[in-house]
Amino acid sequence: MGRTLAEKVWDAHVVRRAEGEPDLLYIDLHLVHEVTSPQAFDGLRAAGRPVRRPDLTLATEDHNVPTFDIDKPIADPISRAQVEALRANAAEFGVPIYSLGSEEQGIVHVVGPQLGLTQPGMTVVCGDSHTSTHGAFGALAFGIGTSEVEHVLATQTLPLKPFKTMAIEIDGPLPSGVTAKDVILRVIAEIGTGGGQGYVLEYRGEAIRALSMEARMTICNMSIEAGARAGLIAPDETTFAYLEGRERAPQGEEWAAAVAYWRTLVTDDDAEFDTVVRIDAATLSPFVTWGTNPGQGVPLSASVPSPDDYADPVDADAARKALEYMGLEARTPMKQIPVDTVFIGSCTNGRIEDLRAAAEVFRGRSVAPGVQALVVPGSVRVRLAAEAEGLDKVFEAAGAEWRNAGCSMCLAMNADKVAPGKRSASTSNRNFEGRQGPGSRTHLVSPQVAAATAVVGRLASPADLDALVDA
Amino acid sequence: MEKFTVHTGRALPLRRSNVDTDQIIPAEYLKRITRHGFEDALFAAWRSDPSFVLNDPRYAGVTVLVAGPDFGTGSSREHAVWALQDYGFKVVLSSRFADIFRGNSGKGGLLTALVDQDVVERLWEAVEADPQLEVTVDLVERQVRAGDLVAPFEVDDYVRWRLLEGLDDIGLTLQHADEIAAFEAARPAFKPVTA
Ligand code: SF4
Repeated sequence: MGRTLAEKVWDAHVVRRAEGEPDLLYIDLHLVHEVTSPQAFDGLRAAGRPVRRPDLTLATEDHNVPTFDIDKPIADPISRAQVEALRANAAEFGVPIYSLGSEEQGIVHVVGPQLGLTQPGMTVVCGDSHTSTHGAFGALAFGIGTSEVEHVLATQTLPLKPFKTMAIEIDGPLPSGVTAKDVILRVIAEIGTGGGQGYVLEYRGEAIRALSMEARMTICNMSIEAGARAGLIAPDETTFAYLEGRERAPQGEEWAAAVAYWRTLVTDDDAEFDTVVRIDAATLSPFVTWGTNPGQGVPLSASVPSPDDYADPVDADAARKALEYMGLEARTPMKQIPVDTVFIGSCTNGRIEDLRAAAEVFRGRSVAPGVQALVVPGSVRVRLAAEAEGLDKVFEAAGAEWRNAGCSMCLAMNADKVAPGKRSASTSNRNFEGRQGPGSRTHLVSPQVAAATAVVGRLASPADLDALVDA
Repeated sequence: MEKFTVHTGRALPLRRSNVDTDQIIPAEYLKRITRHGFEDALFAAWRSDPSFVLNDPRYAGVTVLVAGPDFGTGSSREHAVWALQDYGFKVVLSSRFADIFRGNSGKGGLLTALVDQDVVERLWEAVEADPQLEVTVDLVERQVRAGDLVAPFEVDDYVRWRLLEGLDDIGLTLQHADEIAAFEAARPAFKPVTA
């Protein structure tokens, strides 16, 4: 029988397989950031162990770093301590690091791909759940805990138990105005936040094939919100074109050898998935969340659901609690919900294409009075690219704030927070209670919807702006 | 990791059930960036009460914790194991452990020995009557001995083997260093490096 893509990548990395033991998998790339690594380095130090392959390890600073005044010392003492610990550990163990101020600094999941470090068929890990982002290249990429970080640092391997495979087929072309973010929010609403548990998801079908690499990253990024450890997409010409010429991509003869291998990285026709989910692309539309988990989403054109809509009492209760926390009445049309804050950024939607899409909406328009709009590029390189295209000027002319690279308001570990009780439209990936600051209320949206929302002051799509002008 | 065969030490009677990991180490200590030095965080909230048993000078230097059922429930924080170890504990005896805590303990080298609740009760009485009483936890024989008490305990075979050999997960993997090196040597030249 044939094998799925995920199984092929797994099999190609088995260092050791023994009866009754998990497989020992080789790790091609280990990304490190300041929050989940200090204890791992401390463990190495205590045991007198070196980092086995510093040349397959890369550290960057992202979760804690400020997005303004980056030339000054980090004001928050805990953030500063974590960042300083990472710098000291990287120096002591010989791990390459891109610190604040470097042109390569940025969110770990933006940095890897833009350097061309993330390639098809690789195993990629990081002490961060959104490592699934790298699956967009046909890599097996997943988040790990701090003990596992230490394990990979010391051995460049991980003992792992096998997973199940799930195909997510998006049939047909995407309707215009529908983005990758809308696709993945719909997928999560459909299979639930636990639906992917124990699975690696493979996104397939015509709609997926037509997506850019950046859009594919947005989709794979949120696999974790569906409960899956990883999500991936088979590499194709789009993937190769993205990689060719990047700093860490293979060159010359090696490029040819690599591409020849990468072309084999597809699910065989006779392979079987443990589960198949099909979604007709024609039924997709801009999608937003109304509740406090990423599965609580509806089309932007719909209304806030009522707890009575749920047959399962657990879901009904979750809906009731979510409505209370979010300060929403059932049956309110989503487009009537006013917002205070708009955040465009994160490892989900902080890449150049996302910023272009947002800028397109902002061009010649202004942020509504009383709304704070924050645009935070995912990396310094994204920032420089945007500035070279003049996008920063578009944002500033519209009244949005243009910041330096980092995770920022996605998790509010730095100074960028949504105020208590305030409501945000955010292009990030988690709408958990308090995620964007204590008491914050989050609606997850695409960059296009975020920008249109900033302009209108209520949840809106770019199409609504045209309607406003026509009226 | 140090090998664990037979451990003898004095024991702390913790007459509580459902000791969750928030009690073992409160969340505020998780911001620290080291793997060691969590001894002050252990049971931090309870320790502010002078009558808490850990504050009793007769139990200074204990290495065996005898706790009520459902020890280690709640959050998966690995710091709970680190805090117990940093304080000096080598063994926790209980009649029921939370799964994740037990898994984390096995990884970190802290023995969680599962005994009947009746054994827990007898140990409590014995070490309360005589805080100097030595308790022996024999991993080879899977047996706990204290005064005239002799009782078996349960421990996962794989975890027992690892503790006896002194192998943490990393140590175990490094036993296969040759296989890792052989795999590395055969990796395609086009795979990227970070530096
Ligand atoms: S942007 Fe948000 S989700 Fe992504 S790595 Fe940073 S904190 Fe995590």
